Amino acid sequence: MSLTLLLFLILGVLSIASAIVTISSRNPVVSAMALVLHFFMLSGLYLTLQAQFVAVMQILVYAGAIMVLVVFVIMLLNLGDEKKLSEKWNIRRIVAILFAFVLAIQFISIYITNLPDAAFIPESAAFNGTVQAIGTDLFTNYLVQFEAIAVLLLAAIVGALLLAKRKIT
Amino acid sequence: MPEIGWILVEAGVKAVFIVILILSAAAVSVYAERRVSAIIQLRLGPNRVGPFGLLQPIADVFKLFWKEDVVPKAADMGFHRLAPVISLGIAIAVYAVIPFAHYIEIGGTKYYFGIAPNVNIGLLYILAMTSVSVYGITLAGWSSNNKYSLFGGLRSSAQMISYELSMGLSLIGVLMITGTLSLNEIVLQQSGWGWNVFVQPLGFIIFLVSSFAETNRTPFDLPEAEPELVGGFNTEYSGMKFGMFFLAEYANMATASAFIVLVYFGGWQIPFDIGLGAGSIALALVQFAWFLAKVIFFILFFIWVRWTVPRFRYDQLMNLGWKVLLPLAILNIVITGVWIMIFG
Repeated sequence: MSLTLLLFLILGVLSIASAIVTISSRNPVVSAMALVLHFFMLSGLYLTLQAQFVAVMQILVYAGAIMVLVVFVIMLLNLGDEKKLSEKWNIRRIVAILFAFVLAIQFISIYITNLPDAAFIPESAAFNGTVQAIGTDLFTNYLVQFEAIAVLLLAAIVGALLLAKRKIT
Repeated sequence: MPEIGWILVEAGVKAVFIVILILSAAAVSVYAERRVSAIIQLRLGPNRVGPFGLLQPIADVFKLFWKEDVVPKAADMGFHRLAPVISLGIAIAVYAVIPFAHYIEIGGTKYYFGIAPNVNIGLLYILAMTSVSVYGITLAGWSSNNKYSLFGGLRSSAQMISYELSMGLSLIGVLMITGTLSLNEIVLQQSGWGWNVFVQPLGFIIFLVSSFAETNRTPFDLPEAEPELVGGFNTEYSGMKFGMFFLAEYANMATASAFIVLVYFGGWQIPFDIGLGAGSIALALVQFAWFLAKVIFFILFFIWVRWTVPRFRYDQLMNLGWKVLLPLAILNIVITGVWIMIFG
């Protein structure tokens, strides 16, 4: 058994387990922390695929910034009675289960038709995952998209400031 | 497989050494903190245990081990136990990418001083770990089920999120000049006296101030301001759990010092030729000592600032972070860019 496969198995099992805890836990803080663990496991999986930059960004942005904000909000709101939040059987739930079933069938059929025998990582992956390669791509091939996203984010920041500065009457 | 086994053994041995080094460094800096604060306040400080009180940290640790571990009834047991582990664990995890010296060569193989000092994302890795370390404090505050702890935790999250931005942005100047994220490569480019602090003075000052805030040290120690918050996030902690927060704080201080030395003060590079061949054990040890000396200087600087500068008010802290440091950091990037465009 190679080290990559071993790491993949450990990280894969832990990431699925933490994802299940995230959606099934009644306690919002447990849920949030399980999601943080999930992000760590995902970042480990990216590392086994040689995607260093994506791996670190996963932790820096998702675990380090977005989830901190989520935990912050959970603690400030202090949701007390979680039982009130639980949903009853309704049409939405039935449709959701139906779609989940379809998705499961798709996954199984893909797995049956082409069994993955070995993880295939192309030779170029080691370079493509570096910050240099991603930076070069961002500022040459995808420059317009990159700048467009920058403008969009700026607009979002201005919007957030406007909402925060509004006087409450 | 045997090769993988050797890699694991090498990493394991290095990890044990580094953990011992960090924990002893933390213990020594606790002693240094008490002695230096005593000198600054015209006192004597701890001088009873051992010669000059040098065994005081050991006595402290023994005391913490034997204390009763009190947990409030309404606390969230799991997270209350987990929080100090996260704090100390992350403080130690950062050292995976820190190079302590260059390398020693035995039989054609290079052994680097550090677990992974050459990874090309070292700098980002440290930033990622410092951004995650806020969980330890936040969870400690929340799980204690005590309003003072919660306030301490919330303040700390707000502070760390705010100062992370200017910290990351101040490093971009260095990245633009060196063109690499690998810490060993950044150190190699600062040979002689070509320290980054001379080319990035503004970035260095921003980084220094932000690292004071990130490590929750005075003048930014609002999360544990004793007159208003009892003890802050660790109010409800006792025994060795408190000890772990304590160690984590000093380990973070050592990390911040090491980071400053590596990025701005030439790391392990010796500025003059001392006539030892590259890869020899003697040279590596001299580099290690040189690096350590600079780190100790910055730890003493951290202590000195703590006992001379008063604490900020909360609004002053936020204003400094968002309205002063952040624009300055962006200005630093612009200046560096223009400089590289004209002279680069």
